[in-house]
Amino acid sequence: MKNKIIVMLSLGGLFILLILAGLPSPASAHHSPACLITRAKDSPKLPSPTSAQAPEEKLFEIKARNFVFTPNVIQVNQGDLVRIRLISEDVHHGLYLDGYEIQTSALPGQEGTLTFVANKTGRFTFRCSVTCGEFHPYMVGYLVVEPNSPFFIYVFLTIALALANLAFVVLRRS
Amino acid sequence: MSEDKLFGLIDLNFRFELTKFKLVRALCKSRWLPLLLILFNLFIFVIILLAGLFGGYSAGNYNFGIMMVWILWWVLLILMLVPGFARMWCLMCPFPIFSDWAQRGKLFEVRQGKLGGLNLKWPKRLSSMWVLNLAFLATTFFSGFFTVRPFATFILLGIIILVAFLTGLVFQKRTFCLYLCPVSGFQGLYSQFATAEVRRKDPEICKKHTPKTCFVGNEKGYGCPWLRTPFDFAKNTYCGLCLECFKTCPHDNMALNLRPPGVDLLVDTKREPRGLDEAYKAFIMLGIAIVFYLAFQGPWGVIKDMVRATTLEGYLGYITFHTVFNLLIIPGIFFLFAYLSKLFSGNKEVPLKKIFTNFSYTLVPLGLGVWIGFSLGIILPNGSYLLHILSDPFAWGWNLFGTAHFPWTPVLTHLLGYLQGATLIVFYLFSIAYGFRSSRQTYPDLPQARRGWIPMLGLLTLITTAFLWLFMG
Ligand code: SF4
Ligand code: SF4
Ligand SMILES: [Cu+2]
Repeated sequence: MKNKIIVMLSLGGLFILLILAGLPSPASAHHSPACLITRAKDSPKLPSPTSAQAPEEKLFEIKARNFVFTPNVIQVNQGDLVRIRLISEDVHHGLYLDGYEIQTSALPGQEGTLTFVANKTGRFTFRCSVTCGEFHPYMVGYLVVEPNSPFFIYVFLTIALALANLAFVVLRRS
Repeated sequence: MSEDKLFGLIDLNFRFELTKFKLVRALCKSRWLPLLLILFNLFIFVIILLAGLFGGYSAGNYNFGIMMVWILWWVLLILMLVPGFARMWCLMCPFPIFSDWAQRGKLFEVRQGKLGGLNLKWPKRLSSMWVLNLAFLATTFFSGFFTVRPFATFILLGIIILVAFLTGLVFQKRTFCLYLCPVSGFQGLYSQFATAEVRRKDPEICKKHTPKTCFVGNEKGYGCPWLRTPFDFAKNTYCGLCLECFKTCPHDNMALNLRPPGVDLLVDTKREPRGLDEAYKAFIMLGIAIVFYLAFQGPWGVIKDMVRATTLEGYLGYITFHTVFNLLIIPGIFFLFAYLSKLFSGNKEVPLKKIFTNFSYTLVPLGLGVWIGFSLGIILPNGSYLLHILSDPFAWGWNLFGTAHFPWTPVLTHLLGYLQGATLIVFYLFSIAYGFRSSRQTYPDLPQARRGWIPMLGLLTLITTAFLWLFMG
């Protein structure tokens, strides 16, 4: 009976933890275009950083060509002001950023720009948002906002579960 | 066996019989049931085939065939049908309808006596999952074409339907489904995890009942088309859920049950033994998930170029790597850990092959979790294209439901990584829960089972962490 309660409680706790980890913190709740700071220099209002590094301004030139973004993975710290120039080298491509829900697009000779404060941590996929050919749905890149705590929380949880299983197996009598 | 509870909560022997409801029972016994669903899907697949042939839009995301098959059908299959209801798809699958028709000569009524066609038996030596494994692996060589080119999907489906028909003319009953269909193997493997099953109710009634009409058929229905023995089979793997046995059993002794997920993973009987073929199915599914994730949801252009064959060398490189990875590297790593398990256990008698096969079933829940995670990564970003193609299936400028111009809208993608990770961890829990039970079945006593379990627990944890890294890291 006691075992049952412990197991139920821990399973319940696990689910709550997983879901909580997924909810955006209030400070970073949905903004859509609101977080598009077009003139970054005039508005250096950066949120107070939770990570050790002081927030910086980071500029990325992302080239889109043939279903690939280059660079394909970009990394920033929480609180950084991120500016992206999207440059197309062949056809019309877009860039939609999961989690921040902002997008831009670029034609050859006509670049797109995105500016936002990286206030949510974790890994976010950016996807081509303009149908550009057969592999269009697979045209993605990653933005990693450090510290990538969601990932570490999940790994930690997995290891904790493994240890719990081990303890259970060793302590079991019958 | 005494009570064995999953997570200390759910009795593994617990069953909830759905067929105790009159309506469900009547549906299962009606000859209309699979037939209407099959005809409905036949209609859908005819449109899919036509769209594959004529819908010639170069980008797959605006093609009815591509979207219906690879977004809707695939995702429904892996997210709901298989984990929930086992081979529910096979119940309504239109692919073998022409061979059934040719054999039976009737669609609705039951043909008495011998079935048409040559009715040969499939060779014993090939009666396993091996052909399915290779067929499926070979199919994935072309995934860079099927999932984006309407005509490639047309060819794939065309081949499946044609081979199903020809097989039905030569071999008995559903030989095609049992041993050849590329979508059969993984459904069978992961159906072992499913939360539903068809089983007989009271074994005593079956024992007294001769001849066994569920196997030989009677005027109400056909003997099990999937060559099961409905009166005593214990594993979902090869039950096509076709419901014939509900019709042919005069004692109403067949049941459609809900059950705790995964109980088939512990089944290892003379009639339905664990086998290397199913072990390999588990490896291949895991390996394909890794490669697919890298190619289709990862940001690496090199891999994409290989998969879609921009150069011949690149494409051959992909096929070679993919094959070696699935057939040698993954099983190799698993073998190493099986060997460690044997070392840790201190038992010298248990054959390594038994350890290897027994533990491979622990990959079933985890693998299913991985595929669910992968499929979430397909449907959430791309699901909105469905609205477009439903309104304009042939890219002829139609607007049937007024949604043809619905813009691309990713859904919940801000939670994608979390959802994928959480799914993985939940299925990991099932894997380790059944894992220790497998260890108990493998080693004769508890201390050995404990020690032998440790390397496997380590491996499963490693695999889970690796996938967490892929999904979120
Ligand atoms: S095994 Fe294949 S052809 Fe047979 S019913 Fe299932 S999906 Fe259809
Ligand atoms: S046991 Fe055979 S007849 Fe019964 S549902 Fe399964 S496949 Fe059909
Ligand atoms: Cu693009």
